[in-house]
Amino acid sequence: MSEPGRGVHDMGGLPAGPVDRSEHDYALWEKRVDALLVLLSDKERRLLRVDELRRGIEQLGEAAYEDMTYYERWIASVTGNLLEKGILTSDELGRKMAEVEGRAAADPDGGS
Amino acid sequence: MARFAPGDRVRVHLAHPPGHLRTPTYVRGKTGVVERICGSFPNPEELAYGRDGQPARPLYRIRFAQDEIWPDYRGRAGDCVEVEIYEHWLEPFEGGRSEP
Amino acid sequence: MSHDHDHAPPPDQDGPLSYYQVMETAVRELLIEKGILTADQVRATVEAMDARSPAIGARVVARAWTDPAFKDRLLADGSAACAELGVDMGPTHLVVVENSPQVHNVIVCTLCSCYPRFLLGLPPDWYKARAYRSRVVREPRTVLREFGTEIPEDVELRVHDSTADMRYMVLPLRPAGTEGWDEARLAELVTRDCMIGVTAPKSPPSH
Repeated sequence: MSEPGRGVHDMGGLPAGPVDRSEHDYALWEKRVDALLVLLSDKERRLLRVDELRRGIEQLGEAAYEDMTYYERWIASVTGNLLEKGILTSDELGRKMAEVEGRAAADPDGGS
Repeated sequence: MARFAPGDRVRVHLAHPPGHLRTPTYVRGKTGVVERICGSFPNPEELAYGRDGQPARPLYRIRFAQDEIWPDYRGRAGDCVEVEIYEHWLEPFEGGRSEP
Repeated sequence: MSHDHDHAPPPDQDGPLSYYQVMETAVRELLIEKGILTADQVRATVEAMDARSPAIGARVVARAWTDPAFKDRLLADGSAACAELGVDMGPTHLVVVENSPQVHNVIVCTLCSCYPRFLLGLPPDWYKARAYRSRVVREPRTVLREFGTEIPEDVELRVHDSTADMRYMVLPLRPAGTEGWDEARLAELVTRDCMIGVTAPKSPPSH
């Protein structure tokens, strides 16, 4: 199990099973998450550093590594960082997420 | 500028502080050889918390013999791992200079 | 019991949006409303991502195989040499590590998933998953065997862990039997996996 002082992401040398070589094509929403980081960290904006993204992922804890997919961890960390910086607030996120869910329910094929 | 030169033997600090660290646990406390100086870069341990990471820190590629890191390594003697380590994680290791 | 789900994300559009898909859309729309970025910029960034594939890296490798002076420049300063070929390297500091009859190189990022994406596109799932990241620094020969790659005992194996600001690409050994081939033909032998270092390039078809 986890050792104090060693993050779950810090996995070099730990025992693990065989490499599963199956691959999936990235979904559009996953690429958009990636694009958000690229744009927020570019020279023009400099609102978020990759180091901050990674710190945020590392702080999600062990369960996140087991239960979340790669880009789920990314968007959780991007959003957490934007909250910390005051670029977004929980209130506006909550309202917008409800709006997005409402739209998707009204038009399940309409995408997001 | 850079405190170490290619060929210098160095030891990685054995420490397990909290924070966003780029020094993997598996090389902490291990000795290796400077393979090259990569340049100087803002300190990610600071950048991760929204600060500017200045002053920039020299970054090295350190070559570790596999059997230094894993005493039970079963590959060929001479197999190695190279890891980028920032200067503040390194200390000189007596035994001096050897070929990288 | 640890189990890594990186290899099996949920499908994108079947059923209701997941919590995190909703979050992505909400964050993106809020950032657009605030004028921090635009929908066109997001679209263009995704398109640029889609345009990057291992074919870019393969072109660099094929040039290095046919032009010794270019190879020297590539090994001395990877990013500058790639820029000569018109490859946009973004902010990447590229280190190219050369395989030889004596040395085989393989790349990993044990802490995260750092990858030479300007040359190879987005990484495969296994590169980001626990099994590869944990094991390739400790038992690289066994891991490479799982990719069907046997490294002879007299060849030194070097693992490169991209922990900080450098990104790595392997320059594989040019396959035998390709004498006189031009760059375009050579590039077809260069796979993503051989530029990560887990396999050798394809062999030329035998007659």
